[in-house]
Amino acid sequence: MKYKLGTYAVAAMMVASPVMADLVFPSLSYRTGPYAAGGIPFADGYADYFTLLNERDGGIGGVATRVLECETGYNTEKGVECYESTKGEGSLVYQPLSTGITYQLIPKTTADGIPMHTMGYGRTSAANGEVFSHTFNYPANYWNGASGAINYLMSQGDIAGKKIALVYHNSAYGKEPIRTLEELSEKHGFELMLVAVDHPGQEQKSQWLQIRRERPDNVIMYGWGVMNQVAIQEAANIRYPMENFIGIWWSGSENDVLPAGDAANGYKALTFHGVGSDFPVFDDIQKYVVDAGKAAGAGDQIGTVLYNRGLYAAMLAAEAAKTAQDIHGEAEITPAMMRDGMEALEITEAKMTELGLPGFGPSFNVSCENHGGPGLIGMTQWDASAGTWSLISEFSATDMDVIQPLIDEDSASYASENNIEAGC
Amino acid sequence: MFYREAGDFSTTYPQDSQTFPIKFDRYRYYVVLAVAVLVMPFVMTDYLVNSIFLPFLIYAIAAIGLNILTGYCGQVSLGTGGFMAVGAYACYKLMTAFPDVNIFFHVILAGGITALVGTAFGLPSLRIKGFYLAVATLAAQFFLVWLFNKVSWFYNYSASGQINAPERTVFGIEVTGPNTEAWATYLFCLVFTVGAAILARNLTRGSIGREWMAIRDMDIAAEIIGVNPLRAKLTAFAVSSFFVGVSGALFFAVYLGAVEVGEVFGITKSFLVLFMIIIGGLGSIFGSFAGAAFLVVLPVVLKIVGVDLMGWPTDIVAHFQLVIVGGLIIMFLILEPHGLAQLWRVAKEKLRLWPFPH
Repeated sequence: MKYKLGTYAVAAMMVASPVMADLVFPSLSYRTGPYAAGGIPFADGYADYFTLLNERDGGIGGVATRVLECETGYNTEKGVECYESTKGEGSLVYQPLSTGITYQLIPKTTADGIPMHTMGYGRTSAANGEVFSHTFNYPANYWNGASGAINYLMSQGDIAGKKIALVYHNSAYGKEPIRTLEELSEKHGFELMLVAVDHPGQEQKSQWLQIRRERPDNVIMYGWGVMNQVAIQEAANIRYPMENFIGIWWSGSENDVLPAGDAANGYKALTFHGVGSDFPVFDDIQKYVVDAGKAAGAGDQIGTVLYNRGLYAAMLAAEAAKTAQDIHGEAEITPAMMRDGMEALEITEAKMTELGLPGFGPSFNVSCENHGGPGLIGMTQWDASAGTWSLISEFSATDMDVIQPLIDEDSASYASENNIEAGC
Repeated sequence: MFYREAGDFSTTYPQDSQTFPIKFDRYRYYVVLAVAVLVMPFVMTDYLVNSIFLPFLIYAIAAIGLNILTGYCGQVSLGTGGFMAVGAYACYKLMTAFPDVNIFFHVILAGGITALVGTAFGLPSLRIKGFYLAVATLAAQFFLVWLFNKVSWFYNYSASGQINAPERTVFGIEVTGPNTEAWATYLFCLVFTVGAAILARNLTRGSIGREWMAIRDMDIAAEIIGVNPLRAKLTAFAVSSFFVGVSGALFFAVYLGAVEVGEVFGITKSFLVLFMIIIGGLGSIFGSFAGAAFLVVLPVVLKIVGVDLMGWPTDIVAHFQLVIVGGLIIMFLILEPHGLAQLWRVAKEKLRLWPFPH
């Protein structure tokens, strides 16, 4: 019986997959489960940008794009199944939007020669391109985020002797910044307090009781999904001053602050790209995607923080594909060519203006050694009465003196564990 | 007509007491085994092995393990996920501590370590039963997951708390790590699954299996006829945990390659394996296979039909999947409480009489 079903599955797959003549961008999305609030806008933004390219420009370099969506539910097993079922369709680049799935896919994508882009998540030390040949995490990573938060606090006043709490999702994702913050606390003399929240994070009473008792001067949060809104609500319940509460970019979307209402006013979150829908590209999206009835999902997420991030991810992928087409002089690129394109990617202000996204993100170059980009971090703040996020600082550099040795150390241990010869 | 004992004579006791006494049954078993070993490795692809066969084979071992405890010995356990985690972390520690020892022995040893842990958590079963025991095993589930998250020795102090399976080979062929061939991982897991099934089948029809079933059916009566409840319950916990530990080790080392305990071995895993044996059939080795196949293949088939053939949005299909699996569990509990194994048994009875039922 089991074999028969397997055979049917193969037969169904063969029937289902059409003849390939387009650029395939798989989207391992999650529109269900406790992390759907973050997964839906990102997936919508990612899909809408490629729809826009197809409708407005006829694809990338004359070849139509196709977004292959696969539901992972933020679950690693389903993520692996999605990867295996989509990689045969000529998938150019994977963006799993999950640190757990990323850890799963780093060795697999490297073995299969398909690049993976983990923008602002995943394994931070993948910034070292000499070890992680097929993994990219430009333009910023978790450790830039940790350092960016501390830099921001230092710009607000002396932090020596202060107590800073890290509220984190008790998983690979949440544990990422701990080492960096420990190093920074030694360097700058602040006290670090670690508060773990277990998956999915719907129950955080005891954690916030601890924060209420110990009164840290600032709270930094590495949360995702339903954990964010619960944390902000709990912070409001214990009357923790919101302006001292900083979230990483995955804890700073509308979905996270809206449930707490006015109490969330003043909450801050880091970012590595622009916020709002005040960019020319959104006029095109309205005209070619929304008015044509081709918007992904319910079409109600346009202009939100995570939609913009999905859009940004799609824009970077499309630019890398263009770069790859230029390098190899072929319109129908393969995953290996895509990797070359990502490694030679140059994002300039002129390019972003041309794309209708002036000032949306930092200008940067990717190189074979550096897959991590410049790591420029900005700060946004939530205005509850207006219902908008606004950028309150410039995109500024982070403390690479602390981060770079950590990246080198972690990537070296990965290289030795997996017998990888580092080099470009 | 095909399936009957007529003309099938046993002349020795071993012949009479073999696993498949009916000739047709026996040949069917040999054919399935031959296809699995000789044919399937040649048609195996990355997609087939990672989406269907590896999860099916590994979950089948876990389901056999839980079936011994719950189906044969009557002790409800919600700690399967936690015990799988013990197997996975034991395997990881062994793999990294003794890189020269063959992975095959690490998996077996990981099962042994899990058996010890399972026996320790089985001790309360001597005092408490039913729902209360379920709660005690639930405590084991949460304790073990917490332990593997909290104590960094278990994940060799890695910054992310993840464990990653290094590359290991059997007869010079890689079975763990990213560069494995589909057929190699398939055969490696198949060996364990077939071994587990044969072992479990023979344990459950021997004297120890009868002790377990006596305890399940009525523990006081079993005690009166001379079954030692301490021995019976603790051996059930040990054997069950051994299988669950082996499946956890394979799940981590061969199937996923990288594991984060809270996400992979959470309470949902315990429920999934429990659903497998409920749908497959309590107290049946075949039922463990049927249940594992059902719950592994069903979501894949629903996804292929819904997303690839019908072109529905992925979230609708994912929601439907929950509805359909939930509906099927309720349907099975009402219509066929003994699961797929009972359907199979009824079909065999019908076949024996067919085409002359009277």
